[in-house]
This record gives sequence, C-alpha cells and structure tokens, in this order.
Amino acid sequence: MIAPIDVLPLISQMSHDISRLNLSNPLFIGIHTGGVWIAEKIHQQLLPEGIDTHGSLGALDISFYRDDFMEVGINPEVGGSHLPHSIDDRNIVLIDDVLYSGRTIRAAMNEIFAYGRPATIKLAVLIDRGGKQLPIQADVIGCQLTLDNNQYAKLKNTDSGLQIDIVQSEEDQ
Amino acid sequence: MLPPDSQIQFDSEGRLKHFLTINGLPRETLINILDMAESFINFGQREIKKVPLLRGKTLVNLFFEPSTRTRTTFEIAGKRLSADVINLSAARMSTSKGETILDTVRTLEAMHTDLFVVRDSASGAPHLIASHLPSHVKVINAGDGRHAHPTQAMLDMFTIRQVKGQFENLKVAIIGDILHSRVARSQIHALKILNVAEIRIIGPRTLIPTEIESMGVTTTGDMRAGLEDIDVVMMLRIQRERMDGQLIPSEQEYFNRYGLTEEKLSYAKNDAIVLHPGPINRGLEISSSVADGSRSLILNQVTNGIAVRMSIMATLMGGNESKK
Repeated sequence: MIAPIDVLPLISQMSHDISRLNLSNPLFIGIHTGGVWIAEKIHQQLLPEGIDTHGSLGALDISFYRDDFMEVGINPEVGGSHLPHSIDDRNIVLIDDVLYSGRTIRAAMNEIFAYGRPATIKLAVLIDRGGKQLPIQADVIGCQLTLDNNQYAKLKNTDSGLQIDIVQSEEDQ
Repeated sequence: MLPPDSQIQFDSEGRLKHFLTINGLPRETLINILDMAESFINFGQREIKKVPLLRGKTLVNLFFEPSTRTRTTFEIAGKRLSADVINLSAARMSTSKGETILDTVRTLEAMHTDLFVVRDSASGAPHLIASHLPSHVKVINAGDGRHAHPTQAMLDMFTIRQVKGQFENLKVAIIGDILHSRVARSQIHALKILNVAEIRIIGPRTLIPTEIESMGVTTTGDMRAGLEDIDVVMMLRIQRERMDGQLIPSEQEYFNRYGLTEEKLSYAKNDAIVLHPGPINRGLEISSSVADGSRSLILNQVTNGIAVRMSIMATLMGGNESKK
C-alpha cells in the first residue's frame, strides 16, 4: 500500500520548475483527462488572469493517434482536441498525469504536428512511474514512483480536489 | 432476436463488423456512432485534416449506381482517416447480377481490400457481398435498392441532434415518395430506436406502401394535418427515374399538394427544421425558398455526412485485430 500523495504541492513544484525553463510565450497543453486538470492549474499559477488573456492553454485527446486502435478500437466519447488557432513557433509544455510506456506522449506529439510546427516541446508529468517502452523522458516531474506491472496510477478529480489512486489490476496493464 | 438482415452485421463477440441496415442495431451503437462523429466535426481547423486510424488500409468504393454526394463524402471520409481509397463505378448488366457482383468483389478482395462501400440498385447486394467475404473484410451499405441507406439515416440523426439536442420529445414528419425510398426505411428504423415521440408519413397514397404502418408510424395524405406540431420535416426526393405508371398525377399537381413551401412549413412548429437527402428537385418536392431558407439544413447534412461516415468506418475497423 502506497501512502496517499498530496497532489497540489506537487503541481506547485511543477509550476516552479516550468517557470525556470524561461520559455517565451509558452503554450500549456494537457492530455485528456488528467493532464487537462493539471495544465489548467499550472496555467493559472504561471499566467494568472490579467497577464494572459487567451491562447496559452490547450487540450489534446489522443484517441485518434493511439497505436493500439486496430486491437482495442476507440472509446466513442472522444473528448476532442482544442488548441489555439496557430501553434507555429510556440514553446509547448505538454502535460500529462502519468508517464508510463511513453506511447501516449508519442501519440500526442504526432497530433500536435497535425496542427502546426512548434518551436519546442517540453514534457511535464505529475508522476513518472517507470516502465518506459519508448525513448521519451520528462523535463519536469512531480514525483517518481516505482509501481509493479499489475499496478497503475490514475488521477481523479473528486469533490475534495485532485487525488491519485493506485489501483491493483487483475491483469497486466 | 435480431432481424435476419441484421444478424450478419455482428461478429461472434457481438461487435459491429458490417454496417448494412439500422434495423436491429442497439440504441447504444447508434449513440456511440453519433458521439464519435461529434469529435470528427472540428477537423476543418487542423493544418493536416487527417488522422492515422486507417493508415495502410484499403477502402474500395463500389458504386453500381450513380451518386455524387454519397460517394464523394465516403471518399473524403476514408482519406481523412488515412485509408487508401479506390473508386469504382460500374454500369451493370441487368442479367446475371449476382455472379457479376460477386466476381468483381472477389477480384478486389484478392487485392487485399479491407473495407468495401457498396451501392447497388438491387436490394440485398451489400448483404450478399458481406456473406461471401472473409471475416476481416468489412462492408458498408451506401444504399441498396429500396431496402436501406443506413449511413444517410445516421447523418440525418446527427443533424437532428446537433440542432435539437435530443430525440425523445420530437415529432417527425417524413414526406414524399416512401414507396421507392430506402432512405425513409432507414430513417424510420433509426428514429424508432432513438425513441422519438412520433413519426408521421405524409404523401399520396400511391407512394405510401401499405405495410409501412407496421413499422410504428402513422400515415396521412394531408399536409396540413400531418405537419401540425411537427419539429423535424424530413423531405424525400421524388425519384423520377423510378416513376413508372401513374403514381403521381402531374408534377405541378404534386407540388401543389405535397411540395414543401413556406406556407405549408408554417403548419409545423415555428422552430421546425427541414432536411432533405439530396439531390433536390426544386419546384417538385420542395420550393427554392424553403430549400435555401434559414430552416433548411440540407448543406449541413452534407458536411455532417463526412464526420458520420468517418465514425462508422472507425467503429467497424477498430478493435478487430487480436492482440499480438
């Protein structure tokens, strides 16, 4: 059993680490669903109202870019991707809740390039749980966990705020 | 128990593998297709209007009957999903139909086609093709004879939901040539499955088949009574090419009685919407002022047709290969 993780301080730490990257005109893109919640908070902390008006927050649903479509199909309730009108030459911070195999990030980068050609992409994740299958590393990490293959971490948005659940799976995820 | 023409649409695990008729599909399947189509709608804003879902797959549009919008939107839908799309239009001999069509399909299957989109003047042709293909090859019915045109009905449902938000409280009128209309049959199936409040069929008695009431609709020959309190007006095309004999007195008289004009539309609710599968016969089943008016969704239907067909293709093709 893993002790409960306090999510908000981790997000504040991520915001701090992102600000030290000194990105000009950053664009925060969260990956559905957990990444979107985190991206909203980071965006709020780094670009509070007044400083930023629009065009620096986006959301990606990578369902159409998954590499396991032929095996598992797609969930019909695709959230839809919402990015600013142009992402050309932007400095993107791609944000997700859990970094595991790296396949989601691969899909997200493919989708981003369907919208344009960004200047740079940095990756920020709340949890790096190990087990990568692709050569993808996060630039900003909230915390590192070591989980077994049959455990997975999931960010939930509850009445009392964001919360990480560590779930024991029947079969390997 | 599924209707016989629907059974072949499912694989042994209950997944949809062909899209041949709406008849017998669960409500959840229709809703899932509409939901997924929703996310394909905003593709216009992307720099690259494509997703890689069907990359490396081959789609053959097999049209044995003329078509502009259906074939074109299937082609665009396939290309936006990154499939390789081949269009074949064939003028068919009227004799030895079955053999010719199956030989054509087997030849194309030997070239490793993954998905056939079939239109044919013979009812049941897509079903026949589906039953003769290996299980990994999918078939979508793009209109067969008087039987069904399920993708048209789905894009109509999508267009209705886009404006009305739901189905349960809607009163729908379907007007015109029901007798020859595969569109009407598929629309009725879809509207019933989606639980609309009421379906009324309006048209001259010569163009309303007698058995239609068994589908759970009411019929009338009177536009005023039929349109009263209606939310959705679904027009059908008068199929001039199939009009043999004395089915309508004259085109002018048909327009006077059943052509949708501003005046007749005023019998329906103030916010009633007008759909038509196209191509429209202006001045025969619909006046230009209604067809081009603010309540007409005819061009929205065409645009929505792409997203809905993408959704149907993705539904059939996804999740069908076993995990390595």
